[in-house]
Amino acid sequence: MKTHSTLTRMLHKVLLITCLGAAAAGVQAAEDYSSFLRPAEIPQPDNNRITTARTELGKMLFFDPRLSGSNWISCGTCHNPALGWSDGLPTAIGHGMGVLGRATPTILNTAYQPLQFWDGRARTLEKQALGPIKAAGEMNQDLDEVIKELSVLKGYRDAFEDAYPGEGITKKTLAKAIATYERTIVSTESPFDRWVKGETHAMSKTAQQGFEVFLGKGRCVLCHGGFNFTDNGFHNLGLKGDDDPGRYGIRKVKILKGAFKTPTLRDVELTAPYMHNGMYKTLEEVIDHYNRGGDTKDNLDPNMQPLHLNASEKAGLVAFMKALTGEPAPVTLPRLPVE
Amino acid sequence: MQTQSKQKLLHAAFIIAAMLTTITAQAAEIVVDQHNKTFVVEGNKVEAITINAGDTLRFRNDDPFFHNIFSLSDLKTFDLGSFPKGQSKTVTFDKAGMAEVECAIHPEMYMEVTVK
Ligand SMILES: [Cu+2]
Repeated sequence: MKTHSTLTRMLHKVLLITCLGAAAAGVQAAEDYSSFLRPAEIPQPDNNRITTARTELGKMLFFDPRLSGSNWISCGTCHNPALGWSDGLPTAIGHGMGVLGRATPTILNTAYQPLQFWDGRARTLEKQALGPIKAAGEMNQDLDEVIKELSVLKGYRDAFEDAYPGEGITKKTLAKAIATYERTIVSTESPFDRWVKGETHAMSKTAQQGFEVFLGKGRCVLCHGGFNFTDNGFHNLGLKGDDDPGRYGIRKVKILKGAFKTPTLRDVELTAPYMHNGMYKTLEEVIDHYNRGGDTKDNLDPNMQPLHLNASEKAGLVAFMKALTGEPAPVTLPRLPVE
Repeated sequence: MQTQSKQKLLHAAFIIAAMLTTITAQAAEIVVDQHNKTFVVEGNKVEAITINAGDTLRFRNDDPFFHNIFSLSDLKTFDLGSFPKGQSKTVTFDKAGMAEVECAIHPEMYMEVTVK
């Protein structure tokens, strides 16, 4: 029976390791913060590298309301750089002042996200860019129509030729230019980044304590990890009264019912109200939600659980999130072609 | 206290596992770890794997958060549900063809399984 007892011991060890693993879940090694620093290059596809001409054209298109059916709404109407590249509303307002079902997500750092939209239905920014222009409830534009309208303007003909020589003004180049501009909208250095790089006083003591909670007891890092503070994943957070199927509309897998993409936390201070339906006005309300372990338990993400945070831990988390706000990066508006 | 009954349980599990192994002696079980939101086989990140019909993939979570492995492929449709660090779930591929396997929570985790 020697084999058996050795095996039993081995199995016990495995069991023990498993238990220890579960106990340690959510706690990250305190000294390694390199994963929170910016990657060397903005991710960009080989067939649409970032150039100045493409960025400038993309910016013109982004801020041009003539891209909408009403000639009144631009990408920048909802993705307003003065409001953290969002709109400050619980959910967006689109064509004909219609109120939409989901909040306008910031476009900050979307270059770093492999899937676009709250439900991840677009795999690239090129595929994303045309979506809201076409959507009846959003910019309500016929794409062939907008190509015609842009083609009569010499300013656009030249800008497209500079950006995409010989490719013309097409849906493809339109999407590529907007996607390029979106890729250049990246977060700037925040107190947290300076602290990681060794500036001990860049972040307040409260924020530093909040970061500890973020990595440990608060379990935030389980989903909000890495440079962009997101796992690029999909989670049902148990929001009270919300019946939006979310990612389940794209992938019919049970866990995805009511699941939405984890948003970045960079500049999160600037993008209230919060959640995909904008139901929380402040970061404090968001922390209280997580502290309760969510409200609706049906199909709740398994990472969610009551956190038992005290007042100072909650205050620390909020201070830490505010330390993720980057230096202001003023945006100069382009002069749009009139002929 | 509970250790003895646990031991008995583990013994029984071992015997059953041994019996099953004998029955399907020719089929292999390949462990696919979920580590840092990637699929890892024998220490290497994989995005494609070739197995034989009858083989079983054991998906084992090595990350401190949940994963949920699934496939909606014609060859094999399955949803292993979500499971935490240290736990594993198996799926057996009995027909030849190709299946796309993904994590529902983290769609960056994607792997093609070719069954010969
Ligand atoms: Cu996963």
